[in-house]
Amino acid sequence: MQNDASRTGPSMLLILACVIPILVVLVALPKFVDTYQIQLLTYGLIYAIAGLGFNLLLGYTGLLSFGHSAYFGLGAYSAAFMAKYFGVGSMEIYILGGLLITGLVSAAFGYICVRHTRIFFGILTLALSQVLWTLAYKFFWVTGGTDGLRVPFANLTLLGGLIDFKGRDTYQAFTQSYYYYVLFLFCICTVFMWVIVHSPFGKALQAIRDNETRAQFLGVRIRHYRWFAFLLSGSFTGLAGILWVPLNGLVTPDILYWPFSGEIVFMTVLGGFRTFTGPIVGAVVFNYLKVYAVASTAYWQLLLGVVLVVLVLALPTGIVGTLSRLFGKFRKR
Amino acid sequence: MDILIIQILNSIFYACILFLIAAGLSLIYGVMRIINLAHGSLYALGAYVTAWAIGTFAAGAPLWVSFLLLPAGAVVVAAVGAAIEPTLLRPLYNRPEEYQLLITFALLLILEDAMHFLFGGTPLTAGAVIDSMGTMPIMNLRYPVYNLLVIAIGIAAAVFLWAFIYRTKFGVILRATSQNMRMASALGLNVKRVYVQAFALGCFMAGLGGAVVVPAQAAVLGMGIEALILAFVVVVIGGLGSLEGALIGALIVSFVRTAGIQFFPEIELAVLYLIAAVVLLVRPTGLSGRA
Repeated sequence: MQNDASRTGPSMLLILACVIPILVVLVALPKFVDTYQIQLLTYGLIYAIAGLGFNLLLGYTGLLSFGHSAYFGLGAYSAAFMAKYFGVGSMEIYILGGLLITGLVSAAFGYICVRHTRIFFGILTLALSQVLWTLAYKFFWVTGGTDGLRVPFANLTLLGGLIDFKGRDTYQAFTQSYYYYVLFLFCICTVFMWVIVHSPFGKALQAIRDNETRAQFLGVRIRHYRWFAFLLSGSFTGLAGILWVPLNGLVTPDILYWPFSGEIVFMTVLGGFRTFTGPIVGAVVFNYLKVYAVASTAYWQLLLGVVLVVLVLALPTGIVGTLSRLFGKFRKR
Repeated sequence: MDILIIQILNSIFYACILFLIAAGLSLIYGVMRIINLAHGSLYALGAYVTAWAIGTFAAGAPLWVSFLLLPAGAVVVAAVGAAIEPTLLRPLYNRPEEYQLLITFALLLILEDAMHFLFGGTPLTAGAVIDSMGTMPIMNLRYPVYNLLVIAIGIAAAVFLWAFIYRTKFGVILRATSQNMRMASALGLNVKRVYVQAFALGCFMAGLGGAVVVPAQAAVLGMGIEALILAFVVVVIGGLGSLEGALIGALIVSFVRTAGIQFFPEIELAVLYLIAAVVLLVRPTGLSGRA
């Protein structure tokens, strides 16, 4: 869609015509489906935020990071630390504090990583993310080691204390409110990312992706731009990690381990990394796919692996890419 | 003093295993420009197959039967590699390298669960081999003879691999393909066959690493994922695509790790990754890598 968009430019009307019905369905959904489905969808939306951030690097800047678990985990652990060691229960403070920390770390890691591209970039991001994993794993007296840290939703407050879950200690109430909270932030993130990739900055990133040398001749400060993209990408993924913690209730070093970075790559490619909506669709679908695979077989990794093989060999443009190609063919007739 | 000697022997033992894994990873990258994320899982597969073979066929049999079965893991993994290259990797050579990385990640997921399915969730050991070989005295302490054998195998493998690549005709073909695939193809070399052979050889090394480690350490689920990251650190320090680099890197990593476990256990692994990151920054091609 992205490549088409830059040529023809979808009209604002068409976009609104697509977005508004989806939004209406998402808002109305809790009235019709049970708590479990809402919970799954919340996970999906959170991963979608991570995917959007990740795709700014992969799809728009052409850098494949294999270490985005670092920023997701960092956001999650920041929130968990605030809950455990400072007794903070306000979601907004988690978000502000967590974003500050993930922003600082992704700025530092990014500063190092953007010196390289291609495979070396991937390895460097991977190595740095594993530094964080070993720290979370080995400093068990701070991080709880493999037992992780618990963040019970009962202590959580949303909207600066306006909503809490103390009196009505029901998981259902929490799930509903939290779904709307995540949905709201997801919408903001999506709009924000849309603005970023359609801004001159976003166009410059795409120019770097398509032809580094030519972009340099045009006066684009490549390393600067890549660094800033890295910072934004890490912060988005960090926000996803922060939102993930109260929903999951527990944070363990597994989300810092590199196979989780692989899952972030997986969901983005599943949706299609050359499109704006690809990572969103991919994240939601991946989440359902994984949950049902885990529930139905002990060998869910095998299933996901086979899906990934088919995807790479047969559908390299992902779900959205394939659908929009089919739609394009249909329209030509 | 004797503890020091044992620690040095342990480091060399560990370096041999790491070298076998990393050399295969490096060889595959050197020839095919593919980072094989499933390489650690192939190492684990080698360990499982050997442990299974020894446990099934060598129970109660004399020791030499176990030794005959030891290479089984390496051979099976080489065969798996020879099957993977033409089916999964070949269609992707003309695509961006993201896809190549992803397909090896998919392979990792598949292999991890395939091992879970085939060999079950409980660890498999071939500890009988190490027990029946006994120990030898090193000053006042005792050291397993088997570990010395692994060190010998590691050194032999390094020498053979070096001779194979720098002293045989196949080695010349391999290096030619690695330097310029199109030119090699234009000169009439069968590049497809070279790729299969190189990939199988790299997998063989990983499988051999798993096969020789399994009498000393049980084969467990997840061992490959951990090993891959250490092999990454090794090749990054030594230089991707360089055989000598894999050797140097393996020695550095295992000595730092042994020292780390002794003196700074909490940050032992973190230090390794930081070394890798620093090397990548200062010398992106590694200590002995080529540009």
